[in-house]
Amino acid sequence: MRLEQELLYVKDVVAGDAMKIEGGVLTVDVDGLRQCLLEDDKIKDVQIDFAKPGERVRIVPVKDVIEPRYRVDRQNGFPGVTTKYEECGNGVTKILKGAAIVTIGDMVGFQEGVIDMWGEGAGWTPFSKTCNITVNITPVDGLDPHTHERVVRLAGLKASTFVGLAAKDAEADEVNIYEIGSMKEETAKYPDLPKVAYVEMTISQGLLHDGFLYGVDLKEIVPTWFHPNEEIDNAVISGNCVAACDKITTYQHQNNALIHDLYAQHGKTINYIGNIFSPELTTLDGKFRNCDYTAKLCEQIGADGVIVSEEGYGNPDSDLVMICKRLENRGIKTALVTDECSGWDGTSQPLTDTAAEAVAVVSSGNVSKVIELEPADRVIGTLKAAQTLAGGWDGCVAEDGSLKVELNAVIGATSEIGFHNASVKLY
Amino acid sequence: MAKRVIFYLNQFFGGIGGEDKADFAPEFRAGEAVGPAVGIAGGAGDIEVVGTIICGDNFYGQNEDEAREFIAQTIKEQNPDILVAGPAFNAGRYGFACAGACQVANENGVIPVSGMYVENPGLEHCRAFSWVAATSDAAAKMRKALPLMANLVKKLAAGEEVTPEGDSYHAQGRRECILVEERGSTRAVKMLLARLNDEEFETELPMPTFDEVEPAPAIKDLSKATIALVTTGGVVPNGNPDRLQSASAQQWNKYDISQLDELKGEYYTVHGGFDPVYCNEKADRVVPLDMLRRLEKEGKIGKVHEIFYTTTGTGTAVANSEKFGIEIGKEIADAGVDGVLLTST
Amino acid sequence: MATITTISQSVGANRIVPTVAIPYPVGNPTLSEADEEAMRYEMVERACNALATEVTESTQFE
Repeated sequence: MRLEQELLYVKDVVAGDAMKIEGGVLTVDVDGLRQCLLEDDKIKDVQIDFAKPGERVRIVPVKDVIEPRYRVDRQNGFPGVTTKYEECGNGVTKILKGAAIVTIGDMVGFQEGVIDMWGEGAGWTPFSKTCNITVNITPVDGLDPHTHERVVRLAGLKASTFVGLAAKDAEADEVNIYEIGSMKEETAKYPDLPKVAYVEMTISQGLLHDGFLYGVDLKEIVPTWFHPNEEIDNAVISGNCVAACDKITTYQHQNNALIHDLYAQHGKTINYIGNIFSPELTTLDGKFRNCDYTAKLCEQIGADGVIVSEEGYGNPDSDLVMICKRLENRGIKTALVTDECSGWDGTSQPLTDTAAEAVAVVSSGNVSKVIELEPADRVIGTLKAAQTLAGGWDGCVAEDGSLKVELNAVIGATSEIGFHNASVKLY
Repeated sequence: MAKRVIFYLNQFFGGIGGEDKADFAPEFRAGEAVGPAVGIAGGAGDIEVVGTIICGDNFYGQNEDEAREFIAQTIKEQNPDILVAGPAFNAGRYGFACAGACQVANENGVIPVSGMYVENPGLEHCRAFSWVAATSDAAAKMRKALPLMANLVKKLAAGEEVTPEGDSYHAQGRRECILVEERGSTRAVKMLLARLNDEEFETELPMPTFDEVEPAPAIKDLSKATIALVTTGGVVPNGNPDRLQSASAQQWNKYDISQLDELKGEYYTVHGGFDPVYCNEKADRVVPLDMLRRLEKEGKIGKVHEIFYTTTGTGTAVANSEKFGIEIGKEIADAGVDGVLLTST
Repeated sequence: MATITTISQSVGANRIVPTVAIPYPVGNPTLSEADEEAMRYEMVERACNALATEVTESTQFE
């Protein structure tokens, strides 16, 4: 597959009459965007706002973050979800680099997160560096929880496509090519390079805990191989808010850091033979089945080494170590990426399950670390929502608007696809 | 201003005598660095030696309260910033006494430093809050131990960062979350490449090992037994009156269920780690009160305990979980409960 | 009573009753109401019986 990503840098965002990007300034047709989203009769109201890097602005509760793009001469959107199905991974996509759609609004569950655009909080989220276009969705009354979640999910994706139209006729600042052929072709080119696969675990556990490949619910499938270009070309979306710190937002699927770093090594130090989704299920049988399947796939495609990233913590730690054990016992070397729940003081056991075979592990941070955030000048969303987030607690929002939360509550803080730069040191 | 350092030694290293003087009552030598303290102070840079406490190992072992009171009193009078105990190498009684000295120091806001061999039984009593240099097992290696301890004193006095590998102390077990230069994905790819090329690498997360627990004896007569329900499924009365957290629980709660035949309609879940819809339809799917009541009515169990205990088991630190388990367990045991059904999600 | 019994073993539980699924350990909404209630009764009875069974090490009661 060959994917060309044309980047248009976004340095600022303003409201205007039409979608365009010029000189790094993205103009958003706010009324047009509102009308577009209100076409869904299950949405009662939409409010659009901007939050820029450095502003003393807090966004809460955040459900998803999506990158606005324009897919040239192809289905423009998320194939199988907001457009007809179409294979992703080949062709040209124009990307408003530095802009992000952030969906917020009272939701059915307890797992949304916080994004601070300045100060201490900004250091812990990658989305303090993007020009954020916040989309606050109020659904009509009486929706059941599953429908409510779907409505907000789709609205966020549609918003990203609407804003992505600004890129349509603009000229790229930077072009990046992502090209990997079949395993046969690539192995013929690089016969001596070790074959490396990327096993991407995904939370697939029900309401607000799901992910989708071309619109297919990952909890309904057995582990499958897929081409990395598909994930970075809009084939994968997030339907989950497992915990803000390590949920893979749609933006992070579109820009999966492990895919990028493996691509950078392809043809040089490794032969990157592709990705495998390993859904994390809620039954023991399901876990055994998926872990066996994943290890079998890796072995069959000839992997010498595998990077395994987790999504979530707690019961998925089980899948992580099971996959590692199965791979190592087949002579396949692994490196794992996971975050840890080491408690407020960092002295608790980091994982819920263990395996001696897991000798190479990158820690993407301690989700329980408590941070103190100053009051914002402006809050987009509802500040009090922080008290019911995973990582928040009753009383964690002070009278003056300052906030004490665990990293758990900060979007992308401990990303287990290695998107951010947190780690843990033993003292 | 130079940091004030106080030393703690046993009767042998304090120059009092050998085993025959192990019951030596504690004394404070003001202004003096005695025995090994000289070597430590000498290598610790700009510090002020406040003095040395000398106490017999047996005195400490047999009069712990009195010995600790002496140390505490001396600390109050002398106002040190750092207390240095030992090195104790592998000596058990000495290690235990040093650990006690470190505890007293810690309780009084004084930085504790020591030196022990990894198997010294005193180590586990103080390593979590002290900087204990990793020494060998024999006092014959004193010359190697002193610079390690001196280095720790010097750096801690200067407020400099110390690490277990770089500064040779037994890791306290504190995992500090920090921001680093490279993002996680880059570090992971580098780590895998190192493994594939048989190069050295260092894991960022050593795998934990878990405990074994002694099984409780079986209930002799189930038909007379009181059974309690406990859950980590975050099941609480409607409205979550005690504001149990959705993750990373800081509390457990208890509720009177003596008047209920089922939780359905009255209870729901605040647990943020699983799809709550099915539990919210009928919380008995997570906490099976209805079935336990049936067994009670049928005489298969004696009684359902009136109080039900709940907390949230996602992102909840193991340390908190242990604490909750001990506290709930004590209450349940005191109430004469015979068995517990613990459900988790 | 837990679904991921490998974790139960890891943390030292000695009497383990494997349950259905994480969101509904002692339940199964995919069954008819009657079948679900029968399954639930049997599981809870089994759990109580486990409390009355001597064990010397971690044991699963399936």
